[in-house]
Amino acid sequence: MSAMIKPKHQRLVLVLAATAALIAAALLAAWALRSQASYFYLPAEMASKPPLPDRAVRLGGMVDAGSLKTAPDGLTINFMVSDGKAQVPVTFTGITPDLFQEGSGVVAEGRRRADGTFVADNLLAKHDEKYVPREMQQMSNREAHEKVEATK
Amino acid sequence: MIATLGLAALWLAAALAALQLFGGFLALRLPGNPLVPVVRPTAVMQAVLVAIAFACLIALFWRTDLSVALVAANSHAAKPLLYKVAGAWGNHEGSMLLWVTVMALAGGLVALVERRLPEPTMLATLAAQAFVSLGFYAFLLIASNPFARLDPAATEGRGLNPLLQDPGLAFHPPTLYIGYVGLSVAFSFAVGALLTREVSPMFARAMRPWVLGAWIFLTLGITAGSYWAYYELGWGGWWFWDPVENASLMPWLAATALLHSAAVLAARNALRAWTVMLGVVAFAMSMVGTFLVRSGVLTSVHAFAVDPERGSFILALLAINIGAALTIFALRAGTVNEGERFAIVSRESALVFNNVMLSATLGIVLLGTLYPLLAEALGAQVSVGPPYFNPATAVFVLPMLVVMGIGPMLRWRRDGLARLKPMFVLPVLVLFGVGGWLALQGLNLLPLLGIALGTALLMLALVPLKGRRLRTVTLPLWGMVIAHFGIGVALLGAASDSAFSTEKLVAARIGESVAVGPWVVRLDRIEPVAGPNWTALQATLAARYDGGSPSEMHPQARSFWTPPQQTTESALLTRWNGQLYTVLGERAADGRWQLRLWWKPFVNLIWLGGVLIALGGALALLGRAVSGRRRRVAADKIADRRQQQGRSR
Repeated sequence: MSAMIKPKHQRLVLVLAATAALIAAALLAAWALRSQASYFYLPAEMASKPPLPDRAVRLGGMVDAGSLKTAPDGLTINFMVSDGKAQVPVTFTGITPDLFQEGSGVVAEGRRRADGTFVADNLLAKHDEKYVPREMQQMSNREAHEKVEATK
Repeated sequence: MIATLGLAALWLAAALAALQLFGGFLALRLPGNPLVPVVRPTAVMQAVLVAIAFACLIALFWRTDLSVALVAANSHAAKPLLYKVAGAWGNHEGSMLLWVTVMALAGGLVALVERRLPEPTMLATLAAQAFVSLGFYAFLLIASNPFARLDPAATEGRGLNPLLQDPGLAFHPPTLYIGYVGLSVAFSFAVGALLTREVSPMFARAMRPWVLGAWIFLTLGITAGSYWAYYELGWGGWWFWDPVENASLMPWLAATALLHSAAVLAARNALRAWTVMLGVVAFAMSMVGTFLVRSGVLTSVHAFAVDPERGSFILALLAINIGAALTIFALRAGTVNEGERFAIVSRESALVFNNVMLSATLGIVLLGTLYPLLAEALGAQVSVGPPYFNPATAVFVLPMLVVMGIGPMLRWRRDGLARLKPMFVLPVLVLFGVGGWLALQGLNLLPLLGIALGTALLMLALVPLKGRRLRTVTLPLWGMVIAHFGIGVALLGAASDSAFSTEKLVAARIGESVAVGPWVVRLDRIEPVAGPNWTALQATLAARYDGGSPSEMHPQARSFWTPPQQTTESALLTRWNGQLYTVLGERAADGRWQLRLWWKPFVNLIWLGGVLIALGGALALLGRAVSGRRRRVAADKIADRRQQQGRSR
């Protein structure tokens, strides 16, 4: 039968086993994070250096006024997201969040198709005063800043 | 008046915590000091005072006293009473007061009932508890006073976030907080034991019920939170790997590891330093969780009260408490003796494996949760979701579950696998049979493994009962069997949901029928309805299962007016074999209505499993309490008899 580990070695073996597992976890996490974390893009960034097709990313911007069209199936919507510098066409099939409308901010989670259209699996709209997607909070600051610059 | 009383009680409690810390610390240096006997009563009094302060806050919300800033900002006279009361802890200040209340009550309870450990260790434990509490008192009184007044008083309150106006809110945060904060006791025990060099099986036995209690509440809180997110958000998912969900999962993982390593320490006097370390880590994870939720560094659906300054305060508290604990650990760990030995095939080894896998899972979740922060510091904005968490945690969780099925049958110290073979033939056959059959159906790998392993676990969990007379099985053993069984049940539910769910998204006319899985759902009508502080469009759906008689369902799109906001209220229909989940969307231009329907076979097992796990914990706790009481009664009897014999002589 398997012998007992020598007392001197037992703690060492335990510490080594635990360390090995934790290092394995850290390596796995680092590798998985590099390949699976979804990056945030503004429309201008998406135009200048587009993400690989089929790579999950997030796209944030303003829904252009007048761009929102509903397809005949009553479920699919198409709209343009812009940041003032570039526009990205977005298509989404599903129930839109309650405060999703033209002229307000949105973060779309999904993938960029090879033809340049962004296919969203999920839309996050500005929910209320207390819940704003983190990226959007910064965006409105930047916009406020731009507005100040424009009126100078 | 009530607000002043509450604030006074809070200040007094803070002063008593300082006295408790001072007295406990003196006890370590000067054992005969006159302050020493007051430490335990001080802890109890502190608990009473904080409870009074918390009761005052509830009373203020009950009466909607608008001269109190917190009430004016978070309540409204038109709210239903339950939500007025629940509003007391549905905000930052109130939830932090709830935090110190639970912490003081736990400390008071320890002071009142815990007599197993040597007195100096107990006093050091209470001093550590007071040290941690003092930081949170400072936080409350300096940076987030719940009793701050408004002059002149507001004429009307601003209301409560409608997403939070739900029966789940009334119970979810307190349950989770009892769990979070209950782990502070484990932390204090660990620090107390290190300070007095009393890391012994007795220490594990004394600590275990407190960890178990906190763990039961954490389990229930996570289960309830998951169900709340499931039906309230209307997205059909039950776990989103949202930072706030992770914040509650991480302490649970650490506490689960701690429970199992404490079992080794209590029974076999091994894994001493490791158990102490886990006690520190478990509460550290509670504090990391509070930091993530309360600071607003990670914006998420749940972060309703955010303020970066408060975040830095909590971060400082985190750094001080954990830094101090780790320093003591580093100084004292060398003096903690080596534990008893065990062979590679033994129950100890299985539990070590469980601990290492749980810690690795904890590391995966922690890194994934903090990575967006780290990346942002480096100038990139990322979010981390299920594509990372699901496979990365599965790598460690699945092997752990396999060992969980075998471990309870192993003997302490050393064992041979050959002895166990007969018991595992059937479960292993089931594992491969179910797995093979599912593979033929073309299922994805993770759901396949989940269902096969879940089915095998249901059998394996019951193996420890084999050959025993059920009436003689002790409560802690029942507890373990039921908790492990619950893990199998939850795993089956989760895997079945991801493997067999069918979803249908349609734009339907009134009178139109939609098929989803075995269901046929007809949209009968849409009409406006009104509640106490909302109006809604309500759909009436007639759902038939497999051609049976129709049941009515009423999903709503609600509009609240204090504050103005819209929410979707999903409608669920539960059968023994799953749930039909319906959400009402918008009206399309041509008069059709968007409907989203899911048929989720056996999804209810997820939460049933969670409840079973908690029930197992409760049985184990009850069993320990009963046997502890019996032992004490027996000890008293022996003492009595000795006394009588002494007299008769």
